[in-house]
Amino acid sequence: MSSQNWSAGSGPVLDISDLSIVYAAEAGDVRAVSKVSLALNAGEVVGLVGESGSGKSTLAYGACRLLRSPALITGGAVRYQGRRAAEPTDILRLHADELRQLRWREIAIVFQSAMNALNPVLNVKDQILDAVNAHLRMSKAEALDKTSTLLDLVGIPRSRLRSYPHELSGGMRQRIMIAMALAADPEIVIMDEPTTALDVVVQRDILAQIVELKERLGFSILFITHDLSLLLEMADRIAVMYAGQLLEVGTAAEIKREPAHPYTRGLLRSFPSLHGPRRDLAGIPGSPPDLRMATAGCPFLPRCQFGTAACERIDMTLAKVASSADPAHVTACPFVLPDTPEPGKTHSAAADFAEQPDREVSSA
Amino acid sequence: MTDDTPLGDSGSPALEAISLTKNFRLGPGQLIHAVRDVSFGLYSGAVIALVGESGSGKSTVARLLAGQERPTSGSIKLGGKPVDLSTRKAFRQHKSDVQMVFQDPFASLNPVHTVRYHLSRPVRLHQGKHSATDVAGEVDALLGQVRLTPAEQFAAKYPHELSGGQRQRVSFARALAARPTVLLADEPVSMLDVSIRLEMLGLLDDLRKRLRLALLYITHDIASARYFADEVLVMYAGQIVEQGPAEPLTQQPAHPYTQLLVASAPDPDNLGSTLRTGAVRAGRPAGSAGAASQGCPFSPRCPLADDLCRAENPGLQPVDPVLSAGPGHTASTARSAACWHLPEAAAMQEAAARASRKQESEV
Repeated sequence: MSSQNWSAGSGPVLDISDLSIVYAAEAGDVRAVSKVSLALNAGEVVGLVGESGSGKSTLAYGACRLLRSPALITGGAVRYQGRRAAEPTDILRLHADELRQLRWREIAIVFQSAMNALNPVLNVKDQILDAVNAHLRMSKAEALDKTSTLLDLVGIPRSRLRSYPHELSGGMRQRIMIAMALAADPEIVIMDEPTTALDVVVQRDILAQIVELKERLGFSILFITHDLSLLLEMADRIAVMYAGQLLEVGTAAEIKREPAHPYTRGLLRSFPSLHGPRRDLAGIPGSPPDLRMATAGCPFLPRCQFGTAACERIDMTLAKVASSADPAHVTACPFVLPDTPEPGKTHSAAADFAEQPDREVSSA
Repeated sequence: MTDDTPLGDSGSPALEAISLTKNFRLGPGQLIHAVRDVSFGLYSGAVIALVGESGSGKSTVARLLAGQERPTSGSIKLGGKPVDLSTRKAFRQHKSDVQMVFQDPFASLNPVHTVRYHLSRPVRLHQGKHSATDVAGEVDALLGQVRLTPAEQFAAKYPHELSGGQRQRVSFARALAARPTVLLADEPVSMLDVSIRLEMLGLLDDLRKRLRLALLYITHDIASARYFADEVLVMYAGQIVEQGPAEPLTQQPAHPYTQLLVASAPDPDNLGSTLRTGAVRAGRPAGSAGAASQGCPFSPRCPLADDLCRAENPGLQPVDPVLSAGPGHTASTARSAACWHLPEAAAMQEAAARASRKQESEV
């Protein structure tokens, strides 16, 4: 995906290639991100999905060089090409002052949990002004005007300018975070679990607003979440991350209809659906591997029902799903195709109970 | 995950809430009506889901049932007898019967104590076992029940050495150590990863079947309630606004609030359409809409609200005569919803369902 030509105007706005990040630790380096390549095209919503600890936030923050020691970028390149930039830049090679130019103006972030990301002793106006003044050259009057416009953008009444974070609901706080991210009309907005702590009704409302703003202002979104059901509705393309590596990338429709990787299949069967007939739910038994150990082959092998001895040696590069018409639908598993039947026993949660011999139950 | 026993033991409830009301005093003359006139029963071997948004009062209901809070009015019956919390002994007895599992396994376990310590305390307190071998044996058995094996190995661990799912298993084991008849699970899986949530719900389901527990499953995720619960109670602003068997309630929600909740849940089969059209945003007011203190609490947000709704609180009304007119509706046991306009709400739901079917066929 990363090897595309770099003529301005076409090609991805953000191109992460072979990025590797480790957290240095005495007990051994944690390989949080291993050789990940992912591209974000202009106007696109790319969803990055994975369990906690899969490295999805590390990947996004690493790509903006927001990580501090003990995190260490050990390899790869992150090329940025915005509408306002003549030449693509490698973010990993920028000097500190160039980086400051890039951050927020070109790439903005909506952090997880707006409860903690806002300063409790500043009111909404000062908070947004802070972001505006730090990144844009504006007169005082212009900056104030900008602050009000940003509130309009996310549908918060201007009367709230003097409110403090604790006076606002969780949804409103999240909207303020989004308003701040949009202050400098960025090319890319990274959203790290922006709605995880919110109620479903508020969540849906904010997602609809994000999509609407994206259409209107034309930015691209890298959307990080552990909730695949939400991404299927929201994202254009989905990248599935596990143990610091990408296992599958494809359009939302392809991921939904023809998931290739066993892990993606497992994720799709992990959430109960509200609409349509009741499905057989399975979940994914087991837990993710310890990233301190260097593992050869597929990191998902211990939890994979298709696993064979050959999986211990496979090369984890993404290759086109052989049966798919879409060349951009890629998977790290060379053995399993969307139509590969489940091996032997069905692994439904219900069957699991049936298999369990009735244990001695202490309370009669 | 529900099976052949639709509502567990028929007959009297294991735990019953009767007109529970709880007010919290905020300041002079300022009251928060956290729970208003809530009545329901929990039956041995059955799962009741309590669904609602944050601040709807669902955790307060659990705390009232567990005896952590005293109700402003109303009462609780355990096994048909009124609950007495007046003495330490009576309180402890109630705790033995009614146990809670909390949302956050990172906060609910003490970081300086081992798993063994967490489990042996309730074994001593509630089961009256004192000899070291008895306690150790019981701790091992508990860990086996929640499938943390080998038990000796897990018993020696500290919370930070466990994953989120393992910690929540310890919380389950701790609750079971008291040998309760009723288990109140307050958002037991919402802090866990999607991929292990199912496993944990499966474990809970397994435990309630084997131990004949009466289980209250508190959640904001109505989709999981569909799969996991026999009956669903929907709470809004401290009040139960709809109740009924899980499948018909989630498939044909009667109350406008339940309809909003169901329409807001992520729908993976939808692939972008409603989000882009913003179909769900209708019927929701801008900004914060507090619950009305008078009339129907949902009236400020409800598209069907009229003067009657704003003046008088409807209370629960039977749903069936209205809904049974809809196609494909099979007769279900007692469904009720607190709404003055159930026929209009049913028509609204029918129209929305037709629109989404149409959209699907176009995709």
